[in-house]
Amino acid sequence: MNTLLYRRRRLVNWVNMSIAVLMTVFGIFWVVWILWTTLRYGLPAMNWALFTQDTPAPGADGGGLRNAFVGSLLLLGMAVLIGTPVGVLAGTWLGEFAVKHRLGAIVRFLNDILLSAPSIVIGLFAYAIVVDPMGHFSAFSGGVALTLILIPVVVRTTDEMLRLVPGSLREAAIALGAPYWKVITHITWRAASTGILTGIILGVARISGETAPLLFTALNNQYFSLDVNHAMANLPVVIFNFAMSPYANWQQMAWAGAFVAMVFILLLSAGSRWLLRQRGQKH
Amino acid sequence: MNMSMSAALPAAEASEADTRELRTKIEVRDLNFYYGKFRAIRSVSLDIPENQVTAFIGPSGCGKSTLLRTFNRMHELYPEQRAEGSIVIDGENILSSKTDVSLIRAKIGMVFQKPTPFPMSIYENIAFGVRLYERMSRADMDERVEASLTRAGLWSEVKDKLKQSGMSLSGGQQQRLCIARGIAIKPEVLLLDEPTSALDPISTGKIEELVTELKSEYTVAIVTHNMQQAARVSDYTAYMYLGELIEFGDTNQIFLKPRKQQTEDYITGRFG
Repeated sequence: MNTLLYRRRRLVNWVNMSIAVLMTVFGIFWVVWILWTTLRYGLPAMNWALFTQDTPAPGADGGGLRNAFVGSLLLLGMAVLIGTPVGVLAGTWLGEFAVKHRLGAIVRFLNDILLSAPSIVIGLFAYAIVVDPMGHFSAFSGGVALTLILIPVVVRTTDEMLRLVPGSLREAAIALGAPYWKVITHITWRAASTGILTGIILGVARISGETAPLLFTALNNQYFSLDVNHAMANLPVVIFNFAMSPYANWQQMAWAGAFVAMVFILLLSAGSRWLLRQRGQKH
Repeated sequence: MNMSMSAALPAAEASEADTRELRTKIEVRDLNFYYGKFRAIRSVSLDIPENQVTAFIGPSGCGKSTLLRTFNRMHELYPEQRAEGSIVIDGENILSSKTDVSLIRAKIGMVFQKPTPFPMSIYENIAFGVRLYERMSRADMDERVEASLTRAGLWSEVKDKLKQSGMSLSGGQQQRLCIARGIAIKPEVLLLDEPTSALDPISTGKIEELVTELKSEYTVAIVTHNMQQAARVSDYTAYMYLGELIEFGDTNQIFLKPRKQQTEDYITGRFG
């Protein structure tokens, strides 16, 4: 038997496999480096005061990031509160009513553009429609900016998850004489719920690190504040400012903040994966 | 093959059916169906008798499922599909735009080829449909759920796990759950669209037994790829080919003495 062709194929396979492995290692290398650096500088900078004290004045000792943590959570909360209903409903329209419609295709396309829009552009937009008319920076405008980034993510996942629900399930419910709105709220939303929830969590993970849009909107605040009508401290901007500062203790705190942000996002991602796995077992 | 099928026929019952006066439940007149421009059903007329099992057989794409889906206007979910003609159920033309489509669907239960349990508990799978049209106490609902599961021959298998997801059941159990769900809303007609094609022989046997039992209360229309199944469960059989109704009549007569050569070719396996 002539094994020439076979051996050639094995060689080609080996070469391609090696390239693929090399590229994977190349990608993972940077991720590991980033994680390792954040861990190396962030972990030693961790202390209890980080969560109990507010950002210190220039040159002052001690202090923490309490106001930034609280501010960030508040901004995320605002984005989720406004963005989730809007995103889920828009996604439902796309996934249930506009699957084959021309208008649906257009909206889906526009949503994809919004999804990949540079966040700094979104920040400027929020600046123009909220900050400029109001005359001052505010946490509210920051919430608006983050909401605008979150919505397309939720729209996209809701749309996709609903389209994954088999049409036979809808037909079965309709065959019982159920009106379409009941089919959606009782059957298809439920069937797609874990997927939609995962999309929301991943969307939150995405916006929790956004800095650029907040520079134009929520800005920063040295003091603890819950007033959404005024500038508010938030983690990404504090990390940005402190990392650029000449003070060693500020730089330390920036590392600690980056470490906390990283752990937060890791937990969110792991949580969404866990949710999806639960779903896999149930079905 | 013809011999084995004739052995499966309940001869005594069939001869009785010949003499009985049967009321027509579904009266189809000059029905045409279009997928866009394609005419999938061509001028079909037939009378489906009440409290009998009527089977629709024919090769894939002959229009038998399409015909079944017009009986509860399922086709209206898809804008490019359209039915012309009349389908009269209890004196009312259900294709008329004046007919309330949800009420028609509540009166006509349907079971699909693939089991379609809803993503909720076994109990809720049944209660969902009932709640659409009736308000009742928890105790009454418990009773209704038990009665329909019993009727579908599933109660003994699921009575201790009513709170579990309907999707945790086996394929055959899921299909019986779907039948239970369909009869829980007390329909008058049951449409079965190849209900056993995704099931193993034992589950198929259970469903077939069930179909025979159900005809005392419901008018049953069943689409099947399996000719032996049609012979086993049905009283009347319609043979369709390329959108036309070739022959319709007593199941015994169709399988033993088909009037048309085409029908004979199909049921003897020379074609199809």
